[in-house]
Amino acid sequence: MLSLRHLAKSYVPGKPVLNDINLDIAARGITAIIGPSGTGKSTLIRCINRLVEPSAGEIEFEGENLVGLSRRALRRVRRRIGMVFQEYNLVERLSVMENVLSGRLGYVSPWRAWRRKFPPEDIARAFELLGVVGLAGFAGSRADSLSGGQRQRVGIARAVMQQPAVLLADEPTSSLDPKTSVEIMQLLADIARDRDIPVVINMHDVELAKRFADRIIGMSAGSVVFDGPPGNLSDATLKTIYGGEDWLQ
Amino acid sequence: MTPAATALPFRSRTWARVGWLALAAYVVYACAQLDVSAERIASGLSNAAHFFGRMFPPNFARWDLLVKGLKESLEIALLASALGIAISLPIGFVAARNLMPAWVSWPARLVIVAARSFHPVIVAILFVKAVGFGALAGILALTVASIGFIGKLFAEAIEEISLKQVEAVRATGAPFMSVIGFGVLPQVFARFIGFCTYQLDSNLRNSTMVGIVGAGGIGGTLFAAFQRFDYDYVCAILISIIALIMAGEVLAMGVRGIFIDGLSLADLFRGRVGRLAAQGERHLEDD
Repeated sequence: MLSLRHLAKSYVPGKPVLNDINLDIAARGITAIIGPSGTGKSTLIRCINRLVEPSAGEIEFEGENLVGLSRRALRRVRRRIGMVFQEYNLVERLSVMENVLSGRLGYVSPWRAWRRKFPPEDIARAFELLGVVGLAGFAGSRADSLSGGQRQRVGIARAVMQQPAVLLADEPTSSLDPKTSVEIMQLLADIARDRDIPVVINMHDVELAKRFADRIIGMSAGSVVFDGPPGNLSDATLKTIYGGEDWLQ
Repeated sequence: MTPAATALPFRSRTWARVGWLALAAYVVYACAQLDVSAERIASGLSNAAHFFGRMFPPNFARWDLLVKGLKESLEIALLASALGIAISLPIGFVAARNLMPAWVSWPARLVIVAARSFHPVIVAILFVKAVGFGALAGILALTVASIGFIGKLFAEAIEEISLKQVEAVRATGAPFMSVIGFGVLPQVFARFIGFCTYQLDSNLRNSTMVGIVGAGGIGGTLFAAFQRFDYDYVCAILISIIALIMAGEVLAMGVRGIFIDGLSLADLFRGRVGRLAAQGERHLEDD
Protein backbone atom coordinates (compact mmCIF):
# COMPACT_ATOMS: atom_id res chain seq x y z
CA MET A 1 0.00 0.00 0.00
CA LEU A 2 3.01 2.27 0.56
CA SER A 3 6.10 1.74 -1.55
CA LEU A 4 9.31 3.72 -1.71
CA ARG A 5 11.33 3.31 -4.92
CA HIS A 6 14.93 4.53 -5.20
CA LEU A 7 14.16 7.31 -2.75
CA ALA A 8 17.07 9.70 -2.21
CA LYS A 9 17.49 13.01 -0.44
CA SER A 10 20.37 15.43 -0.10
CA TYR A 11 19.92 18.74 1.73
CA VAL A 12 23.32 19.83 0.37
CA PRO A 13 24.19 18.67 -3.15
CA GLY A 14 26.74 15.87 -3.06
CA LYS A 15 26.04 14.98 0.59
CA PRO A 16 23.16 12.49 0.45
CA VAL A 17 21.20 11.85 3.66
CA LEU A 18 19.24 9.02 2.07
CA ASN A 19 20.59 6.81 -0.73
CA ASP A 20 18.39 4.62 -2.84
CA ILE A 21 15.80 3.52 -0.28
CA ASN A 22 13.47 0.75 -1.48
CA LEU A 23 10.75 -0.33 0.92
CA ASP A 24 7.26 -1.77 0.79
CA ILE A 25 5.04 -1.18 3.77
CA ALA A 26 2.31 -3.80 4.15
CA ALA A 27 -1.32 -2.93 4.80
CA ARG A 28 -1.08 -3.78 8.48
CA GLY A 29 1.37 -4.13 11.33
CA ILE A 30 3.97 -2.01 13.03
CA THR A 31 7.20 -1.23 11.24
CA ALA A 32 9.98 0.24 13.35
CA ILE A 33 12.84 2.08 11.70
CA ILE A 34 15.86 2.01 13.98
CA GLY A 35 19.30 3.52 13.65
CA PRO A 36 21.64 6.04 15.24
CA SER A 37 20.94 9.78 15.33
CA GLY A 38 21.64 11.60 12.08
CA THR A 39 21.21 8.55 9.91
CA GLY A 40 18.23 9.84 7.98
CA LYS A 41 15.33 8.16 9.81
CA SER A 42 13.46 11.40 10.29
CA THR A 43 14.19 12.55 6.76
CA LEU A 44 12.88 9.24 5.45
CA ILE A 45 9.61 9.41 7.35
CA ARG A 46 9.13 13.09 6.48
CA CYS A 47 9.71 12.38 2.80
CA ILE A 48 6.68 10.09 2.83
CA ASN A 49 4.21 12.94 3.35
CA ARG A 50 6.60 15.41 1.73
CA LEU A 51 7.19 17.57 4.76
CA VAL A 52 10.67 17.11 3.29
CA GLU A 53 10.92 17.12 -0.51
CA PRO A 54 12.70 14.00 -1.80
CA SER A 55 15.54 14.67 -4.25
CA ALA A 56 14.87 11.58 -6.34
CA GLY A 57 12.77 8.44 -6.44
CA GLU A 58 9.11 7.63 -6.09
CA ILE A 59 6.64 7.29 -3.24
CA GLU A 60 3.68 5.20 -4.19
CA PHE A 61 0.70 5.46 -1.87
CA GLU A 62 -2.75 4.05 -2.67
CA GLY A 63 -1.77 3.70 -6.31
CA GLU A 64 -0.50 7.27 -6.72
CA ASN A 65 3.04 8.63 -6.97
CA LEU A 66 3.27 11.38 -4.34
CA VAL A 67 6.45 12.90 -5.76
CA GLY A 68 5.48 15.66 -8.14
CA LEU A 69 1.90 16.00 -6.93
CA SER A 70 0.49 19.52 -7.07
CA ARG A 71 0.03 21.30 -3.75
CA ARG A 72 -3.69 20.76 -3.92
CA ALA A 73 -3.36 17.04 -4.63
CA LEU A 74 -0.71 16.76 -1.92
CA ARG A 75 -3.11 18.24 0.65
CA ARG A 76 -5.73 15.68 -0.38
CA VAL A 77 -3.22 12.83 0.11
CA ARG A 78 -1.92 14.20 3.42
CA ARG A 79 -5.41 13.87 4.86
CA ARG A 80 -4.92 10.10 4.55
CA ILE A 81 -1.51 10.09 6.28
CA GLY A 82 -1.55 10.66 10.02
CA MET A 83 1.64 11.90 11.67
CA VAL A 84 2.85 11.84 15.27
CA PHE A 85 5.86 13.97 16.20
CA GLN A 86 8.73 13.66 18.68
CA GLU A 87 7.90 16.95 20.37
CA TYR A 88 4.14 16.40 19.96
CA ASN A 89 3.84 19.63 17.92
CA LEU A 90 0.51 20.52 19.47
CA VAL A 91 -0.67 24.08 19.03
CA GLU A 92 0.14 25.06 22.60
CA ARG A 93 -2.39 27.81 23.06
CA LEU A 94 -5.34 25.87 21.66
CA SER A 95 -7.47 23.53 23.73
CA VAL A 96 -7.10 19.77 23.60
CA MET A 97 -10.36 19.56 21.66
CA GLU A 98 -9.20 22.13 19.10
CA ASN A 99 -5.95 20.22 18.68
CA VAL A 100 -7.75 16.93 18.12
CA LEU A 101 -10.23 18.53 15.72
CA SER A 102 -7.37 20.04 13.73
CA GLY A 103 -6.99 16.50 12.39
CA ARG A 104 -10.15 17.24 10.39
CA LEU A 105 -8.92 20.50 8.86
CA GLY A 106 -8.33 18.81 5.53
CA TYR A 107 -12.04 18.06 5.31
CA VAL A 108 -13.58 21.21 6.80
CA SER A 109 -13.54 24.53 4.94
CA PRO A 110 -11.35 27.27 6.48
CA TRP A 111 -14.43 29.45 6.93
CA ARG A 112 -16.12 26.80 9.09
CA ALA A 113 -12.87 25.92 10.85
CA TRP A 114 -12.20 29.55 11.86
CA ARG A 115 -15.66 29.72 13.42
CA ARG A 116 -15.11 26.29 15.02
CA LYS A 117 -18.16 24.92 13.17
CA PHE A 118 -17.02 21.32 12.86
CA PRO A 119 -19.59 18.69 11.85
CA PRO A 120 -21.26 17.12 14.91
CA GLU A 121 -20.02 13.64 13.96
CA ASP A 122 -16.42 14.94 14.01
CA ILE A 123 -16.96 16.39 17.46
CA ALA A 124 -18.54 13.16 18.69
CA ARG A 125 -15.60 11.17 17.34
CA ALA A 126 -13.11 13.58 18.91
CA PHE A 127 -14.70 12.99 22.32
CA GLU A 128 -14.65 9.24 21.69
CA LEU A 129 -10.96 9.35 20.69
CA LEU A 130 -10.06 11.36 23.77
CA GLY A 131 -11.58 8.48 25.73
CA VAL A 132 -9.55 5.96 23.70
CA VAL A 133 -6.26 7.72 24.43
CA GLY A 134 -7.17 8.10 28.09
CA LEU A 135 -7.85 11.83 28.17
CA ALA A 136 -11.61 11.91 28.71
CA GLY A 137 -12.43 15.12 30.55
CA PHE A 138 -9.46 17.04 29.18
CA ALA A 139 -11.24 18.47 26.11
CA GLY A 140 -11.27 22.04 27.45
CA SER A 141 -7.72 22.10 28.87
CA ARG A 142 -5.12 24.12 27.05
CA ALA A 143 -2.49 21.94 25.38
CA ASP A 144 0.36 23.68 27.21
CA SER A 145 -1.09 22.65 30.57
CA LEU A 146 -0.56 18.92 29.86
CA SER A 147 2.39 16.67 30.68
CA GLY A 148 4.58 15.17 27.95
CA GLY A 149 2.79 11.84 27.91
CA GLN A 150 -0.62 13.50 27.82
CA ARG A 151 0.50 15.77 24.99
CA GLN A 152 1.64 12.81 22.95
CA ARG A 153 -1.76 11.20 23.52
CA VAL A 154 -3.38 14.32 22.11
CA GLY A 155 -0.93 14.16 19.19
CA ILE A 156 -1.97 10.56 18.53
CA ALA A 157 -5.67 11.44 18.80
CA ARG A 158 -5.14 14.27 16.29
CA ALA A 159 -3.47 11.88 13.83
CA VAL A 160 -6.15 9.19 14.24
CA MET A 161 -8.83 11.84 13.88
CA GLN A 162 -7.77 12.12 10.23
CA GLN A 163 -8.98 8.53 9.73
CA PRO A 164 -5.65 7.88 8.08
CA ALA A 165 -4.73 4.97 5.84
CA VAL A 166 -1.28 4.93 7.39
CA LEU A 167 0.15 6.37 10.58
CA LEU A 168 3.69 7.78 10.65
CA ALA A 169 5.39 8.41 13.98
CA ASP A 170 8.68 10.31 14.10
CA GLU A 171 10.45 9.38 17.35
CA PRO A 172 7.16 9.45 19.29
CA THR A 173 8.75 8.36 22.58
CA SER A 174 12.14 10.06 22.48
CA SER A 175 11.02 12.97 24.67
CA LEU A 176 9.28 10.74 27.20
CA ASP A 177 10.38 8.78 30.28
CA PRO A 178 10.71 4.97 29.92
CA LYS A 179 7.39 4.10 31.55
CA THR A 180 5.42 6.64 29.51
CA SER A 181 7.29 5.51 26.38
CA VAL A 182 5.98 1.98 26.83
CA GLU A 183 2.44 3.29 27.42
CA ILE A 184 2.58 5.40 24.27
CA MET A 185 3.94 2.48 22.22
CA GLN A 186 1.18 0.27 23.61
CA LEU A 187 -1.39 2.89 22.60
CA LEU A 188 0.03 3.05 19.06
CA ALA A 189 0.00 -0.76 18.87
CA ASP A 190 -3.63 -0.89 20.07
CA ILE A 191 -4.66 1.68 17.50
CA ALA A 192 -2.82 -0.16 14.73
CA ARG A 193 -4.62 -3.37 15.67
CA ASP A 194 -8.10 -1.99 16.39
CA ARG A 195 -8.24 0.26 13.34
CA ASP A 196 -6.26 -2.09 11.16
CA ILE A 197 -3.88 0.53 9.82
CA PRO A 198 -0.14 0.17 9.29
CA VAL A 199 2.10 2.22 11.56
CA VAL A 200 5.63 3.26 10.67
CA ILE A 201 7.64 4.37 13.69
CA ASN A 202 11.10 5.89 13.88
CA MET A 203 12.91 5.14 17.07
CA HIS A 204 16.35 4.68 18.49
CA ASP A 205 15.33 2.45 21.42
CA VAL A 206 16.10 -1.05 20.16
CA GLU A 207 14.42 -2.90 23.05
CA LEU A 208 11.19 -0.94 22.60
CA ALA A 209 11.28 -1.62 18.86
CA LYS A 210 11.80 -5.36 19.41
CA ARG A 211 8.95 -5.46 21.89
CA PHE A 212 6.29 -3.79 19.74
CA ALA A 213 7.27 -4.04 16.08
CA ASP A 214 6.32 -6.77 13.64
CA ARG A 215 9.09 -5.70 11.33
CA ILE A 216 12.31 -3.84 11.93
CA ILE A 217 14.21 -1.77 9.41
CA GLY A 218 17.76 -0.92 10.42
CA MET A 219 19.32 2.16 8.88
CA SER A 220 22.90 3.29 8.86
CA ALA A 221 24.40 6.25 7.01
CA GLY A 222 21.32 6.80 4.89
CA SER A 223 20.86 3.22 3.70
CA VAL A 224 18.78 0.26 4.80
CA VAL A 225 21.13 -2.32 6.31
CA PHE A 226 18.60 -4.65 7.91
CA ASP A 227 15.00 -5.55 7.14
CA GLY A 228 13.22 -8.37 8.89
CA PRO A 229 11.29 -9.58 11.92
CA PRO A 230 12.62 -8.61 15.39
CA GLY A 231 13.71 -12.20 15.99
CA ASN A 232 16.33 -11.96 13.25
CA LEU A 233 17.97 -8.92 14.79
CA SER A 234 21.30 -10.26 16.05
CA ASP A 235 24.02 -8.47 17.96
CA ALA A 236 26.11 -8.58 14.82
CA THR A 237 23.39 -6.71 12.91
CA LEU A 238 23.04 -4.17 15.69
CA LYS A 239 26.79 -3.61 15.49
CA THR A 240 26.45 -2.85 11.76
CA ILE A 241 23.58 -0.46 12.44
CA TYR A 242 24.98 1.45 15.39
CA GLY A 243 28.70 0.70 15.15
CA GLY A 244 30.87 -0.28 18.11
CA GLU A 245 29.84 -2.95 20.58
CA ASP A 246 30.47 -1.66 24.09
CA TRP A 247 26.82 -0.55 24.41
CA LEU A 248 25.56 -4.07 23.69
CA GLN A 249 26.88 -5.43 26.98
CA MET B 1 54.16 29.14 30.13
CA THR B 2 51.24 26.80 30.35
CA PRO B 3 48.44 27.23 27.81
CA ALA B 4 46.10 28.24 30.63
CA ALA B 5 48.22 31.28 31.40
CA THR B 6 48.22 32.56 27.80
CA ALA B 7 44.57 31.82 26.89
CA LEU B 8 42.19 34.73 27.44
CA PRO B 9 39.14 33.73 29.45
CA PHE B 10 36.91 36.29 27.69
CA ARG B 11 36.76 37.81 24.25
CA SER B 12 38.91 40.92 23.81
CA ARG B 13 36.70 44.00 24.16
CA THR B 14 39.00 46.72 22.86
CA TRP B 15 36.46 48.11 20.40
CA ALA B 16 33.66 48.11 22.95
CA ARG B 17 35.93 50.21 25.24
CA VAL B 18 36.73 52.63 22.42
CA GLY B 19 33.00 52.95 21.76
CA TRP B 20 32.21 53.80 25.40
CA LEU B 21 35.03 56.36 25.53
CA ALA B 22 33.81 58.02 22.33
CA LEU B 23 30.27 58.19 23.71
CA ALA B 24 31.48 59.74 26.97
CA ALA B 25 33.55 62.32 25.06
CA TYR B 26 30.55 63.26 22.94
CA VAL B 27 28.29 63.72 25.99
CA VAL B 28 30.84 66.12 27.54
CA TYR B 29 31.14 68.04 24.24
CA ALA B 30 27.33 68.25 23.78
CA CYS B 31 26.84 69.55 27.33
CA ALA B 32 29.43 72.23 26.69
CA GLN B 33 27.38 73.41 23.68
CA LEU B 34 24.24 73.94 25.75
CA ASP B 35 25.31 77.20 27.38
CA VAL B 36 24.02 76.26 30.81
CA SER B 37 24.74 78.94 33.35
CA ALA B 38 23.71 79.76 36.92
CA GLU B 39 21.69 82.79 35.74
CA ARG B 40 19.71 80.71 33.25
CA ILE B 41 18.87 78.15 35.88
CA ALA B 42 17.79 80.86 38.33
CA SER B 43 15.62 82.71 35.80
CA GLY B 44 14.22 79.38 34.57
CA LEU B 45 13.17 78.45 38.09
CA SER B 46 11.48 81.78 38.67
CA ASN B 47 9.67 81.55 35.31
CA ALA B 48 8.49 78.09 36.25
CA ALA B 49 7.25 79.31 39.62
CA HIS B 50 5.34 82.15 37.95
CA PHE B 51 3.85 79.75 35.37
CA PHE B 52 2.74 77.23 37.99
CA GLY B 53 1.34 80.02 40.13
CA ARG B 54 -0.92 81.13 37.31
CA MET B 55 -2.03 77.56 36.54
CA PHE B 56 -3.83 77.18 39.86
CA PRO B 57 -6.66 76.96 40.49
CA PRO B 58 -7.57 75.25 37.18
CA ASN B 59 -10.39 77.00 35.36
CA PHE B 60 -13.15 74.74 34.05
CA ALA B 61 -15.43 77.69 33.03
CA ARG B 62 -15.20 76.87 29.32
CA TRP B 63 -15.98 73.18 29.89
CA ASP B 64 -18.14 72.93 26.74
CA LEU B 65 -15.13 73.66 24.52
CA LEU B 66 -13.07 71.25 26.62
CA VAL B 67 -15.59 68.42 26.29
CA LYS B 68 -15.90 69.02 22.55
CA GLY B 69 -12.11 68.75 22.17
CA LEU B 70 -11.90 65.64 24.29
CA LYS B 71 -14.69 63.97 22.37
CA GLU B 72 -12.91 64.73 19.15
CA SER B 73 -9.62 63.35 20.50
CA LEU B 74 -11.35 60.17 21.60
CA GLU B 75 -12.94 59.85 18.19
CA ILE B 76 -9.56 60.31 16.49
CA ALA B 77 -7.89 57.73 18.75
CA LEU B 78 -10.59 55.07 18.44
CA LEU B 79 -11.15 55.38 14.71
CA ALA B 80 -7.43 55.55 13.96
CA SER B 81 -6.81 52.47 16.12
CA ALA B 82 -9.64 50.49 14.52
CA LEU B 83 -8.61 51.45 11.00
CA GLY B 84 -4.91 50.98 11.72
CA ILE B 85 -5.43 47.54 13.29
CA ALA B 86 -7.67 46.41 10.43
CA ILE B 87 -5.09 47.44 7.84
CA SER B 88 -1.98 46.30 9.69
CA LEU B 89 -3.31 42.77 10.29
CA PRO B 90 -3.00 41.64 6.64
CA ILE B 91 0.12 43.76 6.07
CA GLY B 92 1.82 42.24 9.11
CA PHE B 93 0.90 38.76 7.90
CA VAL B 94 2.37 39.15 4.45
CA ALA B 95 5.45 40.89 5.90
CA ALA B 96 6.37 37.79 7.95
CA ARG B 97 9.34 36.28 6.15
CA ASN B 98 8.78 32.77 7.51
CA LEU B 99 5.33 32.46 5.94
CA MET B 100 5.69 34.43 2.72
CA PRO B 101 8.16 34.36 -0.16
CA ALA B 102 10.56 37.31 -0.33
CA TRP B 103 8.80 38.94 -3.28
CA VAL B 104 5.65 39.27 -1.14
CA SER B 105 7.19 40.16 2.19
CA TRP B 106 9.57 42.87 0.98
CA PRO B 107 6.91 45.21 -0.46
CA ALA B 108 4.89 44.77 2.76
CA ARG B 109 7.96 45.57 4.84
CA LEU B 110 8.56 48.68 2.73
CA VAL B 111 5.01 49.87 3.50
CA ILE B 112 5.65 49.34 7.20
CA VAL B 113 9.01 51.14 7.11
CA ALA B 114 7.42 54.04 5.20
CA ALA B 115 4.62 54.27 7.78
CA ARG B 116 7.19 54.37 10.57
CA SER B 117 9.56 56.89 9.01
CA PHE B 118 7.92 60.08 10.26
CA HIS B 119 6.61 61.21 13.58
CA PRO B 120 2.78 61.36 13.67
CA VAL B 121 2.91 65.17 13.88
CA ILE B 122 4.80 65.40 10.59
CA VAL B 123 2.35 62.99 8.98
CA ALA B 124 -0.50 65.08 10.45
CA ILE B 125 0.91 68.23 8.80
CA LEU B 126 0.91 66.41 5.45
CA PHE B 127 -2.69 65.26 5.92
CA VAL B 128 -3.84 68.72 7.02
CA LYS B 129 -2.44 69.98 3.72
CA ALA B 130 -4.18 67.15 1.86
CA VAL B 131 -7.65 66.97 3.45
CA GLY B 132 -7.85 70.26 5.35
CA PHE B 133 -8.09 71.13 9.06
CA GLY B 134 -10.04 68.84 11.36
CA ALA B 135 -10.33 65.41 12.82
CA LEU B 136 -10.07 63.54 9.50
CA ALA B 137 -6.44 64.61 9.11
CA GLY B 138 -5.72 63.43 12.66
CA ILE B 139 -7.42 60.08 12.08
CA LEU B 140 -5.44 59.47 8.90
CA ALA B 141 -2.16 60.50 10.51
CA LEU B 142 -2.60 58.19 13.49
CA THR B 143 -3.79 55.37 11.23
CA VAL B 144 -0.47 55.57 9.41
CA ALA B 145 1.37 55.50 12.74
CA SER B 146 -0.66 52.47 13.87
CA ILE B 147 0.11 50.58 10.67
CA GLY B 148 3.80 51.20 11.19
CA PHE B 149 3.79 50.06 14.79
CA ILE B 150 1.38 47.12 14.79
CA GLY B 151 2.42 45.90 11.34
CA LYS B 152 6.06 45.72 12.37
CA LEU B 153 5.50 44.06 15.76
CA PHE B 154 2.92 41.67 14.36
CA ALA B 155 5.25 40.57 11.58
CA GLU B 156 8.04 40.05 14.11
CA ALA B 157 5.73 38.07 16.41
CA ILE B 158 4.82 35.78 13.50
CA GLU B 159 8.49 35.35 12.62
CA GLU B 160 9.13 34.06 16.15
CA ILE B 161 6.40 31.40 16.21
CA SER B 162 7.17 27.71 16.51
CA LEU B 163 7.11 26.24 13.02
CA LYS B 164 6.73 22.76 14.50
CA GLN B 165 3.15 23.57 15.46
CA VAL B 166 2.54 24.91 11.97
CA GLU B 167 4.12 21.83 10.41
CA ALA B 168 1.80 19.54 12.36
CA VAL B 169 -1.26 21.39 11.10
CA ARG B 170 0.10 21.32 7.54
CA ALA B 171 0.67 17.57 7.83
CA THR B 172 -3.07 17.02 8.32
CA GLY B 173 -3.68 18.29 4.79
CA ALA B 174 -5.20 21.56 5.99
CA PRO B 175 -5.62 24.32 3.40
CA PHE B 176 -3.50 27.47 3.82
CA MET B 177 -6.15 29.58 5.54
CA SER B 178 -6.82 26.81 8.07
CA VAL B 179 -3.09 26.51 8.75
CA ILE B 180 -3.12 30.25 9.51
CA GLY B 181 -6.21 29.95 11.69
CA PHE B 182 -5.10 26.91 13.69
CA GLY B 183 -1.32 26.90 13.46
CA VAL B 184 -0.27 30.56 13.32
CA LEU B 185 -2.93 32.82 14.80
CA PRO B 186 -3.27 31.03 18.17
CA GLN B 187 0.46 31.47 18.69
CA VAL B 188 0.39 35.25 18.16
CA PHE B 189 -3.12 36.23 19.23
CA ALA B 190 -2.30 37.24 22.82
CA ARG B 191 0.63 39.35 21.69
CA PHE B 192 -1.49 40.90 18.98
CA ILE B 193 -4.08 42.00 21.55
CA GLY B 194 -1.22 43.41 23.61
CA PHE B 195 0.07 45.44 20.65
CA CYS B 196 -3.42 46.71 19.88
CA THR B 197 -4.14 47.90 23.41
CA TYR B 198 -0.73 49.54 23.57
CA GLN B 199 -1.39 51.27 20.27
CA LEU B 200 -4.81 52.46 21.47
CA ASP B 201 -3.08 53.95 24.50
CA SER B 202 -0.46 55.56 22.29
CA ASN B 203 -3.10 56.89 19.88
CA LEU B 204 -5.00 58.44 22.78
CA ARG B 205 -1.89 60.36 23.81
CA ASN B 206 -1.04 61.36 20.25
CA SER B 207 -4.63 62.40 19.53
CA THR B 208 -4.27 65.11 22.16
CA MET B 209 -1.26 66.42 20.27
CA VAL B 210 -2.07 66.37 16.54
CA GLY B 211 -4.46 69.27 17.19
CA ILE B 212 -1.43 71.54 17.57
CA VAL B 213 -0.93 71.36 13.80
CA GLY B 214 -4.66 71.67 13.12
CA ALA B 215 -5.53 68.01 12.80
CA GLY B 216 -8.40 68.08 15.30
CA GLY B 217 -8.83 67.15 18.94
CA ILE B 218 -8.08 68.79 22.28
CA GLY B 219 -4.53 69.70 21.18
CA GLY B 220 -5.78 72.69 19.19
CA THR B 221 -7.63 74.06 22.23
CA LEU B 222 -4.56 73.47 24.42
CA PHE B 223 -2.26 75.26 21.99
CA ALA B 224 -4.63 78.22 21.71
CA ALA B 225 -4.90 78.48 25.50
CA PHE B 226 -1.09 78.49 25.80
CA GLN B 227 -0.79 81.28 23.26
CA ARG B 228 -3.38 83.39 25.08
CA PHE B 229 -1.56 82.82 28.40
CA ASP B 230 -4.75 81.25 29.84
CA TYR B 231 -2.66 79.08 32.10
CA ASP B 232 -5.54 78.20 34.42
CA TYR B 233 -7.45 76.86 31.41
CA VAL B 234 -4.29 75.03 30.27
CA CYS B 235 -4.25 73.34 33.66
CA ALA B 236 -7.89 72.28 33.28
CA ILE B 237 -7.10 70.82 29.86
CA LEU B 238 -4.06 68.93 31.16
CA ILE B 239 -6.09 67.45 34.02
CA SER B 240 -8.73 66.32 31.53
CA ILE B 241 -6.11 64.72 29.30
CA ILE B 242 -4.72 62.80 32.27
CA ALA B 243 -8.26 61.58 33.04
CA LEU B 244 -8.72 60.54 29.40
CA ILE B 245 -5.46 58.57 29.35
CA MET B 246 -6.35 56.84 32.61
CA ALA B 247 -9.76 55.92 31.23
CA GLY B 248 -7.98 54.52 28.19
CA GLU B 249 -5.74 52.43 30.43
CA VAL B 250 -8.78 50.93 32.16
CA LEU B 251 -10.33 50.20 28.76
CA ALA B 252 -7.12 48.51 27.60
CA MET B 253 -7.03 46.33 30.72
CA GLY B 254 -10.63 45.34 30.07
CA VAL B 255 -9.82 44.37 26.47
CA ARG B 256 -6.86 42.29 27.61
CA GLY B 257 -8.98 40.68 30.32
CA ILE B 258 -11.66 39.65 27.86
CA PHE B 259 -9.45 38.46 25.01
CA ILE B 260 -6.46 37.00 26.83
CA ASP B 261 -7.83 35.80 30.15
CA GLY B 262 -11.30 34.96 28.87
CA LEU B 263 -13.13 37.05 31.48
CA SER B 264 -16.72 38.18 31.12
CA LEU B 265 -17.87 41.78 31.48
CA ALA B 266 -19.38 40.84 34.85
CA ASP B 267 -15.95 39.66 36.07
CA LEU B 268 -14.47 42.97 34.99
CA PHE B 269 -17.05 45.00 36.89
CA ARG B 270 -16.42 42.93 39.98
CA GLY B 271 -12.99 44.51 40.00
CA ARG B 272 -10.87 41.54 39.12
CA VAL B 273 -9.17 43.51 36.39
CA GLY B 274 -6.08 44.63 38.26
CA ARG B 275 -5.13 41.21 39.52
CA LEU B 276 -5.75 39.48 36.22
CA ALA B 277 -4.15 42.22 34.19
CA ALA B 278 -0.92 41.39 35.99
CA GLN B 279 -1.38 37.78 34.88
CA GLY B 280 -2.06 38.99 31.37
CA GLU B 281 1.27 40.79 31.29
CA ARG B 282 2.94 37.55 32.32
CA HIS B 283 1.21 35.73 29.47
CA LEU B 284 2.54 38.36 27.10
CA GLU B 285 6.04 37.80 28.33
CA ASP B 286 6.15 34.04 28.07
CA ASP B 287 4.64 33.97 24.64
